[in-house]
Amino acid sequence: MGRKKILEMRDLSVSFRTSQGSIEAIRGVNLDLYKGETLAIVGESGSGKSVTVKTIMGILANNQKINSGVIDYKYEQNGQMTSIDLLKISKKEMRRKFNGKRIAMVFQDPMTSLNPTMTIGDQIMEGMFIHYKTPKNEARQKALSLLELVGINNGEERLGQYPHQLSGGMRQRIVIAIALACDPEILICDEPTTALDVTIQAKILELIKAIQEKTGIAVIYITHDLGVVAKVADYVNVMYAGRIIERGTVDDIFYDPKHPYTWGLLSAMPDVNTKSDKLYAIPGNPPNLAHHKQGDPFYVRNEYALNIDKRIDPPVFQVSDTHYVASWLMHNNAPKIQMPPELQERLERMKLEASQYE
Amino acid sequence: MTDEQLKAINQHYDFLPNDFEIADKGQDVNEQEIYVRESTFRQFLTKFSKNYGSVIGLVFILIIIFFALFGPHMNNFGSNEQIIGNESMAPRVQFLENFGILDGSQTLKASTGSMEINRYESNPNATDTYYWFGSDVLGRDIFTRTWEGTRLSLYIALVAVIVDVFIGMTYGLISGYFGGKVDMVMQRILEIINGIPSLVIVTLLIVVLRPGILSITIAIALTGWIGMSRVARAQILKLKDREFVLAARTLGAKPSTIIFKEILPNIFAQLIIMSMFSVPNAIFTESFLAFIGLGVPMPDASLGSLISDSFKSFLNAPFMIIPPVLVLSMTMLSFNLLADGLRDALDPTLKEV
Amino acid sequence: MSKYLFKRILISLATLLLIVFILFILLQFMPGSPFNDERITPEQRELMNIRYGLDKPVLVQFVNYVKNMLTGDLGVSYSISRDVPVTTLLQSRLPISFELGFWAVIVGTFSGLTFGTIAAFNQNSIWDTISTLLSVIGVSVPSYVFALGLSYYFGFQWRIFPILFNLNDKAMSMVLPVISLSLFTMASIARFTRTEMIEVLQSEYIQLAESKGVTGSRLLFKHVLRNASIPILTVLAPLIVGLMTGSMVVEQIFSIPGLGQLLVQAIQSNDFNIVMGISFIYSALFIFVMLVVDILYGILDPRIRVTGGE
Repeated sequence: MGRKKILEMRDLSVSFRTSQGSIEAIRGVNLDLYKGETLAIVGESGSGKSVTVKTIMGILANNQKINSGVIDYKYEQNGQMTSIDLLKISKKEMRRKFNGKRIAMVFQDPMTSLNPTMTIGDQIMEGMFIHYKTPKNEARQKALSLLELVGINNGEERLGQYPHQLSGGMRQRIVIAIALACDPEILICDEPTTALDVTIQAKILELIKAIQEKTGIAVIYITHDLGVVAKVADYVNVMYAGRIIERGTVDDIFYDPKHPYTWGLLSAMPDVNTKSDKLYAIPGNPPNLAHHKQGDPFYVRNEYALNIDKRIDPPVFQVSDTHYVASWLMHNNAPKIQMPPELQERLERMKLEASQYE
Repeated sequence: MTDEQLKAINQHYDFLPNDFEIADKGQDVNEQEIYVRESTFRQFLTKFSKNYGSVIGLVFILIIIFFALFGPHMNNFGSNEQIIGNESMAPRVQFLENFGILDGSQTLKASTGSMEINRYESNPNATDTYYWFGSDVLGRDIFTRTWEGTRLSLYIALVAVIVDVFIGMTYGLISGYFGGKVDMVMQRILEIINGIPSLVIVTLLIVVLRPGILSITIAIALTGWIGMSRVARAQILKLKDREFVLAARTLGAKPSTIIFKEILPNIFAQLIIMSMFSVPNAIFTESFLAFIGLGVPMPDASLGSLISDSFKSFLNAPFMIIPPVLVLSMTMLSFNLLADGLRDALDPTLKEV
Repeated sequence: MSKYLFKRILISLATLLLIVFILFILLQFMPGSPFNDERITPEQRELMNIRYGLDKPVLVQFVNYVKNMLTGDLGVSYSISRDVPVTTLLQSRLPISFELGFWAVIVGTFSGLTFGTIAAFNQNSIWDTISTLLSVIGVSVPSYVFALGLSYYFGFQWRIFPILFNLNDKAMSMVLPVISLSLFTMASIARFTRTEMIEVLQSEYIQLAESKGVTGSRLLFKHVLRNASIPILTVLAPLIVGLMTGSMVVEQIFSIPGLGQLLVQAIQSNDFNIVMGISFIYSALFIFVMLVVDILYGILDPRIRVTGGE
């Protein structure tokens, strides 16, 4: 039952050249992805989630610069296990050997992520032509079975249609089909349901989970919705202002969160049983990294901030084998702060409900 | 948290005595808000000044306007002063002539070879005369005439553009505001009119109306308003359903009031941009008309008519055509650069027309 | 799609008719008579008017004119070549202007697309700046300025190309005119291509294509160009107008016996029918190109070609 690690990111730092100077958007991110598991990356808009995964894919903006880091990908080639640092290879090699073939991505907005001038069929089969030179008939058959897999009937008809003829939910299924076309090992989903109706959301989530169970691929799931995380994740990374501030298994994060930001996120989840009238929201706005000078970027919004948070960005403290937290509250000298009682109550409730389903 | 790990951390950082106390954030919270808003005007200024092209464009336009206003007074020649005996003299500038540049000499090329002559020297009355841009075939000062011509060309262009703004805006606003059938009909008419190549019509209009400053202005204005009306209509469609318009309507404001007081201020920026783009077009049209013989009649001079006249002596006295050509090109170029910069700084979504 | 086409054709025809009407009305107000010979007495002028049918009421003249046009008769020239049918004069000149225009479009379009693409892919580099600068200059500076400059330096001073057009030396003597005429096209297309391409390059479907592993020429042609070329078509309309006016000027400068030169002469000598004829041809050409552009839109953009709905 050994977990096999297939992707290991260490100390990734990325900055962008803007008219206001160089902004460090990703600051020392560590990530571990295991075969067959789902890793969720949670955070507010602008926290750097998309940039992180796009860097894995080798899709960089023009003004983007990788300052440091290693992305170690372990895979099997010709029966042998090899590993490679994805940051060190050329864009050409990345596109040819890994993009689509081993690592695939599902984008956020299905309205804009499909080429309006290409048929659905062409877009699904394109990857197969590029990577395996699959003959046309075979590709077509595979495309049809993929459409079935993602829950689209009338496959024959759909293959010849154009994106504008399909609804949002269907388009996102197509995007998933495209991502799976070359049987990748890793599927990266960047907020795949944010742009869709809530009812469709659930279906897409189920779909991804079903595919994962069937094919055993590893999934990186980006979202800002903790409810989704609870449903799909095995392992959770909470991101804030370009850093992972807490990571652990889904149990660690939901039943024993340690970072005040995570507390905030959990408290903000709407809950039928919440007694108070107002929905909790973390006060303040995400920081403008162009103006950030020193210390913990979360300092201003942190109810439990310490003086040292203003001066020094906290390092990562290990809480257990799987659980890591970047907060000065974990230091021995720090006051022992407990999570707010309302949150404690709510988590107890959740634990109780969950155990009833086991 | 192992002891080793703890030790490593303690060694790595220098701790202060009060580090692990809850912080009193007071002031800090306010600082966050300060970064939020830079006035929109300052943002515009910063963005605009970063675009070298548009700054250069603006500078050149100011220079050209300056000369257009004061150029003709800078020397003693009148714009129509024909001095017999001073025909076709090359440019001669006081200070530079000592270095051999612009000293009044010109090269005449013939099939047998070339010859250098200097009309200032061969003409006994002209030893103290300086024509900075040279003189034309009738002995008039090109420097003065060039800037007079610039004045006229700019005047025509500006009037035409202003008329365009009014016509185009009115058409677009009415069409967009009332929508429905009115809009449909008006847009159909526009589509049909759009199919007419404007310069062909302009040319014919001038022939019919007899070339003159007024007729040229009218003709140019009649062909440029379509772009304006499109912009105006697009903007009004965007704004029509916004709340502040609804609010005005519920308060009982008449359509005309709504159009002028509520909507106009919002489309101001687009109109400025469109106007800036239309100016070079107008200047070009005027010069084009002059070139085919439909320019402003003598003795007035516009840049176009100057170019047209100098074309005849192009090969043996190329210096005559250079000043008006340069000024014309610079003007058109500068307005285009300026308009580009304005558009990028104010509303990058506005596509070129 | 066919409904779309039908509508476009209908509008085109309406425009054409409107143009003919406008042209005709304008011509009625043309000052001076085509018969400007001072030696003609008033009585003789009357006779000439009757002879050419100029004494009948305006509307009747118009209807006659349209009728004649439909049968290929555009009237005769009054002053430039007395009594020679306009169609004859146009026939000899049309091919030359057409060839000139054709080459100008080809050269301009291809070079424009190339420069625009290079600029888009190398954004903010030195190539981009140069390309943008050249484009702005090409659009701002009138074509006759270029024509003059080119003919002076390459023709007169350095004698690389002939100054004037010469049927016997067509290839060489066409070079400068074609280049002068194509510069506006090239600059417009380059500028627009760059803008459109940059927008396409930043779009999500390009990112998705890259995440699939699409690169190189496949990315360029199937994904970038296919989408960027649709809006670029909109540039074609003002371009054609630019070519028409440009040709009037370029033909003058290089003495090319084409339609443009004839039109200028006709304007200056009040030769009604020729002016009408050539204006009509230009207008018809313009409308035709617009129609072709509309059709191309329909073909290239599936959103127009295939209506939505499931």
